[in-house]
Amino acid sequence: MPLPRFTRRTTLLSAAFFGANTLLALPAFAADEPKRGGTLVIGSTQTPRHLNGAVQSGIATALPSTQIFASPLRFDDKWNPQPYLAESWKLADDGKSLTLKLRKDALFHDGKPVTSADVAFSIMAIKANHPFTTMLGPVEKVETPDAYTAIIRMSVPHPAIVLAMSPALCPILPKHIYGDGQDLKNHPRNSTDVVGSGPFRVTDFKPAQRVVLERFDKFFLPNKPYLDKIIVNITPDSASLILGLERGDIQMVPFATLPTDLKRLANDPKVSLTPKGYEGIGALNWLAFNTAKKPLSDVQVRKAIATAIDKNFITKALMGGFATVSDGPLVASSPFAVTDLVRYPLDLKKAGEMLDAAGYKAGAGGERFKLTIDYLPGADDQQKNVAEYIRGQLKKVGITVEVRASADFPAWAKRLASHDFDLSMDTVFNWGDPIIGVHRTYLSTNIKPIVWTNTQSYANPKVDELLNTAGSLIDATQRKAYYATFQKIVTDDLPIEFINQVPYHTVTSKKLANVPTTIWGPMSPMDEVYFK
Amino acid sequence: MGTLRYAASRLLQAIGLVLAVVVLNFVLVHAAPGDPVETIAGASGGMSPELMAQLRTQYGLDKPLPVQLFVYLGKVVRGDLGYSYFFNLPVTNLIAERVPATLLLVLSSVLLTFVVGTALGVLSSRKPNGWLSQFINVLSLVGFAAPVFWLGIMLVILLASVFPILPVAGMRAIDSSGTGGLADMVDVAYHLVLPTLTLSLVYLAQYSRLARSSMLDVLGSDFIRTARAKGLADRVVLYKHALRNALLPVVTVLGLQFGNVLAGAILVETVFNWPGLGRLAFESVLRRDYPTILGVLLFSSIVVVVMNQLTDLCYRFIDPRIKAS
Repeated sequence: MPLPRFTRRTTLLSAAFFGANTLLALPAFAADEPKRGGTLVIGSTQTPRHLNGAVQSGIATALPSTQIFASPLRFDDKWNPQPYLAESWKLADDGKSLTLKLRKDALFHDGKPVTSADVAFSIMAIKANHPFTTMLGPVEKVETPDAYTAIIRMSVPHPAIVLAMSPALCPILPKHIYGDGQDLKNHPRNSTDVVGSGPFRVTDFKPAQRVVLERFDKFFLPNKPYLDKIIVNITPDSASLILGLERGDIQMVPFATLPTDLKRLANDPKVSLTPKGYEGIGALNWLAFNTAKKPLSDVQVRKAIATAIDKNFITKALMGGFATVSDGPLVASSPFAVTDLVRYPLDLKKAGEMLDAAGYKAGAGGERFKLTIDYLPGADDQQKNVAEYIRGQLKKVGITVEVRASADFPAWAKRLASHDFDLSMDTVFNWGDPIIGVHRTYLSTNIKPIVWTNTQSYANPKVDELLNTAGSLIDATQRKAYYATFQKIVTDDLPIEFINQVPYHTVTSKKLANVPTTIWGPMSPMDEVYFK
Repeated sequence: MGTLRYAASRLLQAIGLVLAVVVLNFVLVHAAPGDPVETIAGASGGMSPELMAQLRTQYGLDKPLPVQLFVYLGKVVRGDLGYSYFFNLPVTNLIAERVPATLLLVLSSVLLTFVVGTALGVLSSRKPNGWLSQFINVLSLVGFAAPVFWLGIMLVILLASVFPILPVAGMRAIDSSGTGGLADMVDVAYHLVLPTLTLSLVYLAQYSRLARSSMLDVLGSDFIRTARAKGLADRVVLYKHALRNALLPVVTVLGLQFGNVLAGAILVETVFNWPGLGRLAFESVLRRDYPTILGVLLFSSIVVVVMNQLTDLCYRFIDPRIKAS
């Protein structure tokens, strides 16, 4: 049967009329038109516990979860919300309710429609089970006046609610599957026969080995996704991922940071790399001070230490120029980040004088006092090497530092959680809105025996007040003003010496188009990715 | 002692040994700093103390260690290895899924080392000062000295990167569905080459040296001289008279090798992304996933004990004199 001749216009019309499946039979239009088909192999060193991002945070689960589950909204690369499951949305002027109008044609992978009941169920489920308790903390209930309207009601104005509707943070779960009364954190369907409404459905999940995703033919966005299949291939060894990429076995490696790998790949004509797409997670490397312990309880000592460290040396020499310096608690690409911060340019002489002034005169052999430094094991280029450098620098100003290695993550986490450290290198994520990922480090109410809380034991009533107020303001300009003051105070109090932004890169085959570079990067639906 | 009674007494010993291993593993694993809930909280980027406390209660980690051990032993006796804290799946399922890959790797390595290693040893024993013998000696020295992971990486660079004739890692082609057909078996065999070679080189050296010295020993003994004096063909003397006697120490090592190869598999499986038990054990340790670690260790110890018992039975088969004593 000869195919009728299509112009682009009639094609689009017929696509709209007959639905996406009509396009399957069509020849490709032009070279720059997205092509359908192909299998994308993503190589990852991150092992997901399971595939349900509603009850498990972190980049390992978010990568597959955002392909499987759709969320109310998605975000572009400028932090602007875009329609996804919700066609439109409205944050009330008092900031205490968010109304979502859902599209009517979205289906779960088992064929059941996505309704407001699923949205209401999911939001309450995330509130009850997701580790980020501040994210939906103020949510009281979700009203469902009709099948396609969901109104999220909050006890106090909660500006982070819109960002919390992101794919990585708010997967919409099928109520008919997860609403069976079983504990959601341990629900068997988190790992087996996972059903969402996203662009891809799971066909195979082998723990710590691979996730195989296939195009969901009834996905609600017409003609998408373009790819037939995504395979997330999990390999603990990053060297073999890079080799696989060079050989063409793998077409995408997200979250790559190793400077030697990046340098090598940057010269490979077959691959391209981009640092875009990591604004959302906002990963920072920093040196944490245990402000509860002497002599680090003295802010002058902390300032002297900061003055002895050259961040430019760290980013340029240790990280091969791939990382950028960070001077504050917010990642530079955050809409709330400001540049009016207290900075500590390298000055060894001044650092020595500051220590003298603080009453820590050099004793016999030039030594003032001893400290220990820990580091997060697993990424030597980002952590151990920096700790070693800091040891060398502080030696120059009379502080003897002992680098304490931890055998693995649990061993290090134990030390941090029990506040058994002087200095520690660390990597902490902003997670988009400061309410989600920043407040936890500085609120005095969050000094807890848990890693990635306020383990610095930092307490400043003014900071508590600023954060609590900023967290309840709806107007972004007003919020930014409060966060500006907060950033200035924190860089002056210095419970943490900010070092650099983690140089996450997405490395891809040049054959791949529309590599995800929105604020959530690889943790967003890849329905528009295609092979040229 | 009759073979049956002998086997029964060895079985009892084996069960006692495995139980002791379980207890020892349990104590050792819990002695490592950090706990699984902290790791899970870490993987989540932070978690509330309430949620962590809830998880600890759920996993029974809030109970004193002896109580936990008792509960665990009770379950193990009933054949229940518990749930993986990290993956939230039954440990028996996780292990069952990984066993074939590891057994394939270990068996192919043991077979390769035993056959090739013995053959090399026998060859070099025929002319102990010939060039072949010297060459095999040098090879075995290198095999002994080089660390497994280094050999693995070098082999990958050579055969997968510089001359890309073999795959880098994994057990099958990435987009394979693993149907088990002929094409799939070829694919797996193709992926098996590098890890098997890496795992085998050290033992290959060990076997060839052992077989060589054992053969030289036997060849110097009186009954060989008698055999030769009878005018038997060289081949018959070598394979019928000498080899059978020389094999005894080699078989001893074979039994021991099983345990060592299982341990070596941890490294090799990690380097080659081989989806076996070794990698599972290694990753579970990093996560303090107690039930999974203990499950894998229990399974491996059973395999090692069984192999040792089989070795002993083999002795009695190869050398009838052992039965008598």
